[in-house]
Amino acid sequence: MTGLPETTEKSLGLVIDLDTCVGCQACVTSCKEWNTGGHMAPLTDYNPYEDGADGVWFNRVHTFEEEPASGCGEGRTVHFPRSCLHCAEPACVTVCPTGASYKRASDGIVLVDEDKCIGCKLCSWACPYGAREMDMDVGVMKKCTLCIDRIYNDNLPERDRVPACVAACPVGARHYGDLGDPQSAVSQLVAERGGVDLMPELGYRPVNKYLPPRERDKAAPPIAAPALEPVAPEGGFLGWLDRVLSR
Amino acid sequence: MAKAHPSGANSAPSQLPLADTRAPAEADGVDTSPKVSEEVKHSTCYMCACRCGIDVHLVGGEVRYIQGNRDHPVNRGVLCAKGSAGIMQHLSPARLKKPLLRVGERGAGEFREIEWDEALQIAAERLGRIRASDPKKLAFFTGRDQSQSLTGWWAQQFGTPNFAAHGGFCSVNMAAGGLYTVGGSFWEFGEPDWDNARYFMLFGVAEDHDSNPIKIGLSKLKKRGAKVVAVNPCRTGYNAIADEWIGIRPGTDGLFVLALVHELIRAGRVDLHYLVRYTNAHALVVKAPGTAEDGLFARDEEGRILAWDKASGAPVDALTPEIDPALAGSFQVNGRTCVPVFQLIAERYSAPEFAPEAVAERCGVPAETIRRIAAELAHIAFEEAIELPIAWTDWAGRRHETMTGRPVAMHAMRGISAHSNGFHTCRAIHLLQVLLGTVEVPGGFRFKPPYPKPCPPNLKPAGKDGGKPMTPLSGAPLGFVFGPEDLLLDEAGGPVRIDKAYSWQAPLAAHGLMHMVIANAWRGDPYRTDTLFMYMANMAWNSSMNTAGTIAMLTDKDEDGGYKIPFIIYSDAYYSETVAYADLVLPDTTYLERHDCISLLDRPISHADGPADAIRHPVVEPDRDVRPFQTVLLDLGARLGLPGMVDEDGAPKYRDYADYIVNHERTPGIGPLAGWRGRNGAEFGRGAPNPDQLRRYIDNGGFWQHELEPQARYYKMANRAYLNFAAHMGFLPEAEPIVFQLYSEPLQRFRLAAAGHGDILPPKEERARLKAAFDPLPIWYSPFEGAAVGEKDFPLSALTQRPMHMYHSWGSQNAWLRQITSQNRLFVHRRTAADLGLADDDWVWIESHHGRVKGQIRLVDGVNPETVWTWNAIGKRRGAWMLKDGAPESEKGFLLNHAISEFLPGDKTHSNSDPVTGQAAWFDLRVRLRKCDPAELPRTEPRYPPLPAPAGLEPPPGKLSFGAQFRRWRRKAS
Repeated sequence: MTGLPETTEKSLGLVIDLDTCVGCQACVTSCKEWNTGGHMAPLTDYNPYEDGADGVWFNRVHTFEEEPASGCGEGRTVHFPRSCLHCAEPACVTVCPTGASYKRASDGIVLVDEDKCIGCKLCSWACPYGAREMDMDVGVMKKCTLCIDRIYNDNLPERDRVPACVAACPVGARHYGDLGDPQSAVSQLVAERGGVDLMPELGYRPVNKYLPPRERDKAAPPIAAPALEPVAPEGGFLGWLDRVLSR
Repeated sequence: MAKAHPSGANSAPSQLPLADTRAPAEADGVDTSPKVSEEVKHSTCYMCACRCGIDVHLVGGEVRYIQGNRDHPVNRGVLCAKGSAGIMQHLSPARLKKPLLRVGERGAGEFREIEWDEALQIAAERLGRIRASDPKKLAFFTGRDQSQSLTGWWAQQFGTPNFAAHGGFCSVNMAAGGLYTVGGSFWEFGEPDWDNARYFMLFGVAEDHDSNPIKIGLSKLKKRGAKVVAVNPCRTGYNAIADEWIGIRPGTDGLFVLALVHELIRAGRVDLHYLVRYTNAHALVVKAPGTAEDGLFARDEEGRILAWDKASGAPVDALTPEIDPALAGSFQVNGRTCVPVFQLIAERYSAPEFAPEAVAERCGVPAETIRRIAAELAHIAFEEAIELPIAWTDWAGRRHETMTGRPVAMHAMRGISAHSNGFHTCRAIHLLQVLLGTVEVPGGFRFKPPYPKPCPPNLKPAGKDGGKPMTPLSGAPLGFVFGPEDLLLDEAGGPVRIDKAYSWQAPLAAHGLMHMVIANAWRGDPYRTDTLFMYMANMAWNSSMNTAGTIAMLTDKDEDGGYKIPFIIYSDAYYSETVAYADLVLPDTTYLERHDCISLLDRPISHADGPADAIRHPVVEPDRDVRPFQTVLLDLGARLGLPGMVDEDGAPKYRDYADYIVNHERTPGIGPLAGWRGRNGAEFGRGAPNPDQLRRYIDNGGFWQHELEPQARYYKMANRAYLNFAAHMGFLPEAEPIVFQLYSEPLQRFRLAAAGHGDILPPKEERARLKAAFDPLPIWYSPFEGAAVGEKDFPLSALTQRPMHMYHSWGSQNAWLRQITSQNRLFVHRRTAADLGLADDDWVWIESHHGRVKGQIRLVDGVNPETVWTWNAIGKRRGAWMLKDGAPESEKGFLLNHAISEFLPGDKTHSNSDPVTGQAAWFDLRVRLRKCDPAELPRTEPRYPPLPAPAGLEPPPGKLSFGAQFRRWRRKAS
């Protein structure tokens, strides 16, 4: 019901490295902290000091165990940060009855105009990635803004004009840039590391990309170390020590 | 040499702002350049013990946003989940508001608010009486604070030997194992060479110690393609992203490491040149069984340790450069048979008991894996050695054109430390590092100044006389013993200290045994105390073993109706479980409201490239009647007239902690902060106090750092440029080389005493234990609890770890962090659960020899099948931390501590600790699981009555709209 721009000048988004994400939740709380006072402030918390504590978060990390593809050998524990993917064809926008959800033609960021949002939740039903967060206190749908109030912000030092999660990530697993430009550093990182779309079969063409964990095959460790052989010294077991060793 | 990005950790091209950050034209009315804050103040985080630099954005005196300081040596701009949730900690409804005096029964949580003057008067009167009669009746123990150079000095001036911080249940095994072996340890003592390592082994580190530097480092290793090997029963966090996860059985790491040593020695793949230059591998050990000299070093008349010089065929001072020392063989020196240390090492570890096949089953690691890891270590260390083109000069004046690096780095922490065999396991890891020549070389493990120190540091514990009325101790209460003569023993040979540190039961207890203070004081063993004074230590809950018993001891009374622990003073910023058990509560500030110094005299934040220290300063004013604990302590000291805390006329010497930080001198010219010393701030390290020092720190972003010149950055134990610098800074008494002690003579001295040699002898019943534990070379033995209870009856090891978002922190009352984790599960391997007939989400009784606790299970694959584990300290006491009754933390969250005993099974004499250091052995816990009757309520047990909210604290809000005020402020501003 809400139209999409035919193209966007840029496709700004995140690239998340699942090979190095340790699941520390730093991106989760740095996002919360910035955004609860930011463009969509506040990110309300309900029952914060009792049972049923819940709140609005633009970014959450899930941890799961993955079975090995072959069905045998080692599984792995994967930490999976989840936020809005700023899709090229976002169902959350097209389903919006009021034009509150929209995709910016300039940079491709998907935003919600709070003044137009009627809290109908259609977008959260439409988004297959669970990226929408209803603020029940004000009856408005909220979501990741890609820190639109940071990335162009003249009031911040130039070097801080990146999404809060990218700045905070202690393992450097989060990257940011124009994924519409094949020459950009993020696009090249995606190409180099075989970055993937999340659930591409759904056809929403997410802008954000995930870098898969690197292969870990126990049978062939990356180090070509020959097995250790016993020293066969002359003069008994400790004979190999009898070379000249100067202090 | 690769250096950290000057503009922060996340400075890859793919992490930078757009090349053009001007906002594009977009007619949606979004304000892309809103005002962020009115002011930014630089301080130091305290959401854990990592001590990262933070930039605090303020609006109208309120904290708008906290970000990492990109220039800071610890975190380089990144910030962890706790750091970013600092606002919620600062605004916690559980913050205490005013001093409290108990009015009801202890533990009932009934207090009345009192004024500070009254509070300090009560404390000063009581402590004054103790000091005038028997100062050891004050037991002063602090928790995870970072002011131990102040608190230790205060205890010393007061005259009580009964002081320690939380190291006894944290990682004293790690600290002592390292300091007695290589003069340093991991974390605050040293770090992997993240920029040059090609192979990284991580032992027993779950999500913690330390937080952001390890994460930044792992990121560097990953980028370079270095191999990461994680040895840990649990596959979480760092272990989850390792290239190889070795899901070892808890408490067997030492055996695994010694099997690696076995392989390396068997193959002759050790760095012999490194050994003879930097270790005591060539030192001669006397072989005279049955005599008082057996196992001690052969020495000349001046007491210098001897080696056998093959060139001259004679014994010489082992420190002499340019000798050709024998590493093997047997030599006659002064009519005694002597062998080099390395001969003993080679004999010991080449024995079949350390062969991979012999240890594989016990460790739960296949022999072929052990052999392969050993081969990989040797390959990287020797075939992929690196040379940095940096010339340096060694202690003997010899110039070396390059720095040779063996790019194998290691790091270890709690999982190694918290076992009864942890001290030796730590030593085993250092032995492995040293045999490979990887300590303090490029690509290996690097010391952070002021480390390395002599092994062990020449600082002996004071308080042998037990403390005399109105008299300071002769030195610091905590230190390092060299032999039985340094123990703190009374005339009958019993412990001087309330925690029995430096007694025969815990001779090398360099951090004390905080975990035994309450149990010992309650039992009157070795004696009764008067006042227990604690700071930031949640001993009535998650910081004690046997929590239920501890609570009972805190409230237990004598026949005359008085409490067995007569008086408890407690300082905390929050309404923690322990507050309810205090008689007098001194409310502390939050970390954003106080001064602190992160001092080189204490727990430094240095980088391997140079020393660093930092401050906290109040970025916001307290809105409550609270005072920083350190200021209160100095005030108390002044009221008591403690030397150094009052002027000649008896007036307080320091206005507050900030004044102390600037003006206190431990020795002339050396004070809490190293930066900007001298009247005009032109000096560092040594210099007169500078009245403008704090301003200079604030202007510099809250920290000071000195970068060592490149030639001083490696080989610090033998590097002339570094040793001269360290001596100038007061890190070392003199610029002498530090010799790694693979063979530890202090340990052998205890073993000789256990064999009946010497003047100071252990009681007969302690001798077998001492003889076994004080081997001068690293050994492995089964963790005590498993050996005592039988692994058949209690077939599972049970561990705890903190989640990264609550590591080392006070987090599970934090409005944001508790939304991430508010209930802990017991993680059980799928196969193990199937064998026990357990399904996901079942409730189980977790039963140990000591007690039981009820929790809910979650099935996983990524855990050693004979191990179960849970997140620690999620479980809270009902009513504590101002969480409303019914919160998952107290309904479903459980505390494994209930199942852990503070004593060894069936033994009310020996604590559940490492016999060498007294480190609490809480990872030794063995349990069995029993499925709960489905009729039982799905909630944790034991269950306690809720603590009432103390006077003055308001009920917490039912909703938080934090941040809305900043939106209003922006609207008004624009």
